[in-house]
Amino acid sequence: MEIPYTIETREDTGVNNAKLGIWLFLASEVMLFGALFTTYILLRIGSADDWSQLNDILNVPLATLNTVVLISSSVTMVMSWASLMMKDFKKYKLYMGLTILCSFGFLIIKYFEYSAKFEHHLYPSTNTFLAIYFTMTALHGLHVIGGIIVNTYFWGPGSKMWNTQPERFTNRIEIAGLYWHFVDLVWIFLFPVLYLL
Amino acid sequence: MSLKTFHIFFISLSVLTAIGFGVWLLNENAPVFAVLSFLSGIGLIVYGISFLRKLKHVSFI
Repeated sequence: MEIPYTIETREDTGVNNAKLGIWLFLASEVMLFGALFTTYILLRIGSADDWSQLNDILNVPLATLNTVVLISSSVTMVMSWASLMMKDFKKYKLYMGLTILCSFGFLIIKYFEYSAKFEHHLYPSTNTFLAIYFTMTALHGLHVIGGIIVNTYFWGPGSKMWNTQPERFTNRIEIAGLYWHFVDLVWIFLFPVLYLL
Repeated sequence: MSLKTFHIFFISLSVLTAIGFGVWLLNENAPVFAVLSFLSGIGLIVYGISFLRKLKHVSFI
């Protein structure tokens, strides 16, 4: 039995089922991260301490580098999808491979950042700011790992679908791209909120 | 919303981030890096326009 509406658009929703599914999932993710951002704001405005000084211990150059890496990865991700629409599978492999490399680059930079904090005995238990810093960045890091798993599957064994159902495979990459863009978008908010303000 | 639309939205926010970061760097007395940040914002705008031109046949939905 075939799964319906994997490629064709449903009349009632105006999109295919895969796209509807990912947007419902991303809506739940917005609520999850939205709750954490709200928590951060409420804790900050309710605190007697000056939080604008607390983030001086964070490494802005490394976070900036990570921002550049994630923006680049969103560009390579969308290029991998565009390559499939132009029926260029070789370019897809190249761009998706670059996306995965950027994702690993982000995690490696994050590892150095976390290591420096732990070396200076800065833990989530040190203060409220670091507690929410580690919570939000670690949760975001878990989402990056999730993206790596999905993208690596589509780069490797999952890409065999291109030979049998190219349109469906292209749709899958679009869905993975929407998820990846959401993960990048969360970082675009985390960077100024945690590191700069 | 298609990946094309979401990408344009993401690039627009990235441009705002680059400009905001540039202003923050100016306040931190780092004008050279501030200029780099503004230039990267302009670079992202140029990229966004070329991206839209390249994928003009793809739906926004």
